[in-house]
Amino acid sequence: MNTKGRFGKFGGQYVPEIVMPALNELEEAYLKYKEDPEFQEEFRSYLREYAGRPTNLYYAERLTMHYGRARIFLKREDLLHTGAHKINNALGQALLAKRMGKKRVVAETGAGQHGVATATVAALFGMECHVFMGAVDVERQKLNVFRMKLLGAKVIPVSSGTGTLKDATSEAIRYWATNIEDTHYIIGSAVGPHPYPTMVRDFQKVIGEEIRQQSLEKLGGLPNYVVACIGGGSNAIGTFYDFREEKSVKLFGVEAGGRSDAAGDNAKTLSGTGEPGILHGAFSYLLQNEDGQVVEAYSISAGLDYPGVGPEHSFYKDAGVAEYVSVTDQEALDAFQRLSRIEGIIPAMESSHALAYLEELMPRTKPEETVVVTLSGRGDKDVQMVAKALGEEA
Amino acid sequence: MSTRLENKFAELKQAGRKALIIYITAGMPDAAGTIEAIRRAEEAGADIIELGLPFSDPMADGPVIQTASVVALKHGMTLPKVLEIVREIRKTSQIPLVAMGYINQVYHYGFEKFVEDAMAAGLDGLIAPDVPHEEAGEMRKISAAYGFHLMEFITPGTTGERMEDTCAEASGFIYCVSNYGVTGVKEIDYSIIGKVCAEARRHTQVPLAIGFGIGTPEAAAAAAAHADGVIVGSAVVKRLLDGQKDEAMALIGNMRKALDKAFQ
Repeated sequence: MNTKGRFGKFGGQYVPEIVMPALNELEEAYLKYKEDPEFQEEFRSYLREYAGRPTNLYYAERLTMHYGRARIFLKREDLLHTGAHKINNALGQALLAKRMGKKRVVAETGAGQHGVATATVAALFGMECHVFMGAVDVERQKLNVFRMKLLGAKVIPVSSGTGTLKDATSEAIRYWATNIEDTHYIIGSAVGPHPYPTMVRDFQKVIGEEIRQQSLEKLGGLPNYVVACIGGGSNAIGTFYDFREEKSVKLFGVEAGGRSDAAGDNAKTLSGTGEPGILHGAFSYLLQNEDGQVVEAYSISAGLDYPGVGPEHSFYKDAGVAEYVSVTDQEALDAFQRLSRIEGIIPAMESSHALAYLEELMPRTKPEETVVVTLSGRGDKDVQMVAKALGEEA
Repeated sequence: MSTRLENKFAELKQAGRKALIIYITAGMPDAAGTIEAIRRAEEAGADIIELGLPFSDPMADGPVIQTASVVALKHGMTLPKVLEIVREIRKTSQIPLVAMGYINQVYHYGFEKFVEDAMAAGLDGLIAPDVPHEEAGEMRKISAAYGFHLMEFITPGTTGERMEDTCAEASGFIYCVSNYGVTGVKEIDYSIIGKVCAEARRHTQVPLAIGFGIGTPEAAAAAAAHADGVIVGSAVVKRLLDGQKDEAMALIGNMRKALDKAFQ
C-alpha cells in the first residue's frame, strides 16, 4: 500500500496517472510552504484582515437556558467573509496556487458556498476562475450562481451523471487533468487524493485551535463536547483536529439523515450504510450499492449531500476519535428556526444539522459542562429554500 | 507459461504488425449486443478487446464513454454479468480480453476473488484508470500470483524515477495516454507521447499501446508509429451508441487496413 497521505488505511491517491505529476508537484509545494514562515504569515494576515479571523466563541445564553443543562458556545464561522468557513481553505489554496505560478483555479461546488469562496479569492488575487456546478444545483442556487458571476468566475453547469455535486467534482477533475500545467484545482472539502485531505485540514484547523484558546480564556479549560456538521468534512476536521488526542473532549460529527434511511434518501456515509470504497481519489467510507456503484446522496442541505467523506474522518470513526451521528431534514429545519428565534442567528442548513443534535446531546450533559457547536455558515442562502419547505412565501 | 495477451503481441511482432485494441463498454446496450459487437470487431480486425466495466463516476472519461456507462448501468450491467459475457465469448474465441474499469467496483467485489473469477471466465487482465503505479502494489502482487495482467500507465508527465518504476513492474502492455485530458476523439500530436514511449522502451520490453484521442485510420497509423499498438474507444463507442453498428465495424476495418498498410 502506498503509505503517502494515509490516515490508517484510509486516503491515498486513486487518480489517473495523468494527474499524478500535478499531485506530486502540489505536495512538494505544500510541504515547502507549510514550513515557510513568510507564507504562513501571509496566510494568517489574509485570514485576519480579509476574512475576519479570529471568529468569536459566542456564549449562547438563551439557547443554554432553553436546554437548562451544559453551557452552549457557538464558534461563529458564519461571521467570516462570504459567510462560511469555506473561505479559510480557499484563501490558503489560492495563495499556494499563486506561489506555484498557476494562472487559473477551478473548483466544484454543490450549494455554491465553496464556489463563491473560490470566486472571491480568485478575484482577490487576479486569477481566472472556473466553477463546475451540477445543472440541478445551478437551477436550485441561482443567487450563488449570480454571485460567482459577479465576482468574475465562469460557472459551468454539469449535466453528466446525476447533475449534482459528485458529478461536478468529476468534471472539475477532468478539466484539471486537461489543463494541468497552468491550473490549480481548489477542492472544497477535506476529500480527494493526497495531499488534499491533509492540506484542506491544515487550512481549516485554525477553527479548532481558536476554540481551544478561546475556551481556555473564557472557560478556564477545554469544552466537554464539540459538535460539527459533516458532508465532505472540512469544517468538522478543522474543528476536531486540535482535540483529536484530548480524551476529555467528546467529538461529534453530525451527518445529514435526510428524509429516510433508504438508499438515496440520506447522506449517512459514516453513521449509516456507507462502506469503505474509492471515489474521487481517496479510499474512505462511501455510499454505494451491492455492485460497488456510487449511490447518490440526498439532504435538504446542498452542502451535505455528498456520497463520500474525507478519509481522516473514516479513520476517526474506526479509531473511535470522534463519534458520527445523524439528524433528519426535519430536525435540522427545526434547529434552523430555533436558533433564529432564540438567539437571533440564522444558521446555514448545514450548521443546523450540528445544532439539531443538541436535542439528543443536551439532556445527557451536566450544568457544569460546556458544549461547543461550530456554526460553519450563515443561513441567508437557505432562507428561500426553508420558506418553501415550511410552505411559506419568501 | 505465456498468456493470451503475451502470445498475441509476440505473434504481431513477428509479423511486423501493430496491435489494434478496441474498447467496448460492456452492456451497452445489453449483454447480447456486447457479445455481437466483440465478435464483429474481431472479424473486422481487432487484435485485443478492452471490455469497459461501466461505473457511476468515470472521472477519466469524456462524454461518449460517460454516456455509454450510464446506458449500460441503466440496463443493469454488473461485474458478474461482465464475466458472463467473457465466458460467452470464450466459447468461440481466444481473442485477448482485458477489463477496463474504475477500481471501486472491483475492490467491492474483492480484488483477489475478482482475479480468480476473471481468470476462470477467460479474462486476461485489468486496466484500472484510477489506480496509478503507487497504489497498485498489493493488486500487482495478487495479479502476478495468478498470471493475470494489471496494466500500468505512462503519460507525457511520467518522468524520471516514476517512469523507471512503472516500466520495471509492467505486465501485459503499458497503456500510454497520449495527452493531458480524458477519453474522446481529438486532434493530437502523437510525437509527444512518442518521445515518452521511446524513453519507456529504454527500460522495458513490455509492449506499448497508445490510447486517448484516436478517431480515424490516419490517427491510428500516426500513433502506431511510436508504439506496438493503438487503443480506440470513443470513436467506436460513439457509433455503437448511435446504433450505427456497421459504421463502427467499418471504422475498425479501415483502421486495420491503415495499420497494415503503414507497417508491413
